[in-house]
Amino acid sequence: MSKSHALLELDAVTKTYHLGDVPVQVLYGISLRVEPGESVAIMGSSGSGKSTLMNILGCLDRPTSGSYLLDGRDVSRLSRGDLAEVRNRTIGFVFQNFNLLSRTSAVENVELPLIYAGVGTRERSKRATAALERVGLGNRLDHHPSQLSGGQQQRVAIARALVTNPKLILADEPTGNLDSRTSVEIMALFQELGESGITVVLVTHENDIAGYARRMIVLKDGLVKDDHRQEPVRAIPETAAVPEVKTA
Amino acid sequence: MNPLLTFRLALRALLRNKMRSFLTMLGIIIGVSAVIAMVAIGEGAKAQVEKQFAAMGTSLLIVMPGSSSSGGARGGFGSQPTLTWDDLKAIQTEVASVKSAAPVLRSSAQLVSEDQNWTTTVQGTTPAYFEIRTWSIASGSGITQSDVEGGTKVIVLGQTVASRLFGSGDPVGQVVRIKNTPFQVVGVLQAKGQSPTGQDYDDGAFVPVTTFQSKIQGGLQKYLSGTIFISAISASDTARAQAAVTGLLRDRHRIPNGADDDFSIRNLTEIAGAQQEGTKTMTTLLASIAFVSLVVGGIGIMNIMLVSVTERTREIGVRMAVGAKPHHILAQFLVEALTLSLLGGLLGVAIGIGGGAWLAAKFAWPILVRPDIVGVSVVFSAMVGVCFGLYPARKASLLDPIEALRYE
Repeated sequence: MSKSHALLELDAVTKTYHLGDVPVQVLYGISLRVEPGESVAIMGSSGSGKSTLMNILGCLDRPTSGSYLLDGRDVSRLSRGDLAEVRNRTIGFVFQNFNLLSRTSAVENVELPLIYAGVGTRERSKRATAALERVGLGNRLDHHPSQLSGGQQQRVAIARALVTNPKLILADEPTGNLDSRTSVEIMALFQELGESGITVVLVTHENDIAGYARRMIVLKDGLVKDDHRQEPVRAIPETAAVPEVKTA
Repeated sequence: MNPLLTFRLALRALLRNKMRSFLTMLGIIIGVSAVIAMVAIGEGAKAQVEKQFAAMGTSLLIVMPGSSSSGGARGGFGSQPTLTWDDLKAIQTEVASVKSAAPVLRSSAQLVSEDQNWTTTVQGTTPAYFEIRTWSIASGSGITQSDVEGGTKVIVLGQTVASRLFGSGDPVGQVVRIKNTPFQVVGVLQAKGQSPTGQDYDDGAFVPVTTFQSKIQGGLQKYLSGTIFISAISASDTARAQAAVTGLLRDRHRIPNGADDDFSIRNLTEIAGAQQEGTKTMTTLLASIAFVSLVVGGIGIMNIMLVSVTERTREIGVRMAVGAKPHHILAQFLVEALTLSLLGGLLGVAIGIGGGAWLAAKFAWPILVRPDIVGVSVVFSAMVGVCFGLYPARKASLLDPIEALRYE
């Protein structure tokens, strides 16, 4: 694999769901390239197909037609098991509702992808600890999600996405459940990751969140309506020193 | 993912719902413990019966003389002496499957010690008899071959007779009189207990067969007016020995083909066999009860696993998103079901053994825990877990990750 290929390369990707006998087309032919290290915001109103595109980008779903090359490999026709492996090795997910396992400590949540990657116990715990330290939760390793604030939970989720050293981080409305101050903190973290060379793709419907990205793609009715580069807004947390208050 | 980790995760998931896990296991626990306890009690009873049969002598055949017939009235077996001393010799020497044979002549007689008397069955026999009956001497010595050849006046007492005549004193060396003939007590037999029909084996006395003939029965006779006890070389050879002895005696008594035997042979192994047949039926019955209760337990496990899969749909989605393949999810839920059933099985074994021991102590029943039944129960309960866990686990592994992540 040469250095020159794009990280994501979609060519005329369509997606049609079948609700009973009725075919419902959601994506009408999406073509786009995302280079390594880019930070992209995918925007669109509800029903624009952004969630479907996100699922395809995240290898959770396969396109009905068209091709999708992830890191130079065509993943549009892989089996469920192979897709799981691609997700495990190449992609890190961050969800709106965090999706942490309850009654499971932060460090064990972060270890989860490494379990399926077949990493040994000691190495697992070492890498999970390092990932949590990287997102600023080095002192919360054994806390359960219920003992953490929303912002902290999302940091754990980001640590879980980072722990496998993925090329791509896919964030689906990562600040949707957070207050604005915490949102800025989380976006600052994403910008920091982007600067370290990880490709960050985030799906959002909020303009100011999309403003933190270098490139904005707008979907409408299953097609790319707008795709432009922009000077990102710098996310600066208000006062990093103020301890987070437990919100949950 | 290594199996140990999968098992640890399963254990943790189960510990999160302790009460539910315990109730789910209860079906298996009750099934297995019932089997273990019932089989332990059944086996204990069987062992006791077998001990009783062993007391009668293993691989034992008893030859009885034929019946008399006079004026249409037919006497029972033994009413007519048809066996001869030569028959006995022939059985001893000519039949390969016979280990030993001994004559037994019986008579009821009064035994008189210095200050007591007791009427019992006196039997004249040879040393082989004690070997056939696997009956050993508790104190003193037994009847010897030279006693038989010399016709000496010695007597061996059963425990009951010994205590009736001598109380707690040592009878060996004492003298008892039968029909005014003094016999020297040379030994006392081990206690043998009762026969399955309630006859006290220990209420009897033994003298050399020659002495019996001359002093108790009176006069030497051509016919052996008693029975012949035979032991085959092994329990499995008993039937063969019976056939061979029958053939030999028919030849010697010149009985034409088609005519009835003028003797009869009792095979005690057959009685024991019937007893074992009954036990086998019982065991089959127990096994089917166990099977039903384990299947019911398995359905309980399947039910709870289905609930668990639904409850944890989101967790399954997260695991799939971060890279769990379908077979990882399948293994996770299968191992949970297996852990439930296996743990239930092991607890059932513990409760079964404990409960059996408690019953044994409370009602003084003999119990016998059979390791093979324990092993089969545990393996079977594990199999139940796998069989009934497979459907929910497969259902979990086939979930669509997108749907699962969205599940509320």
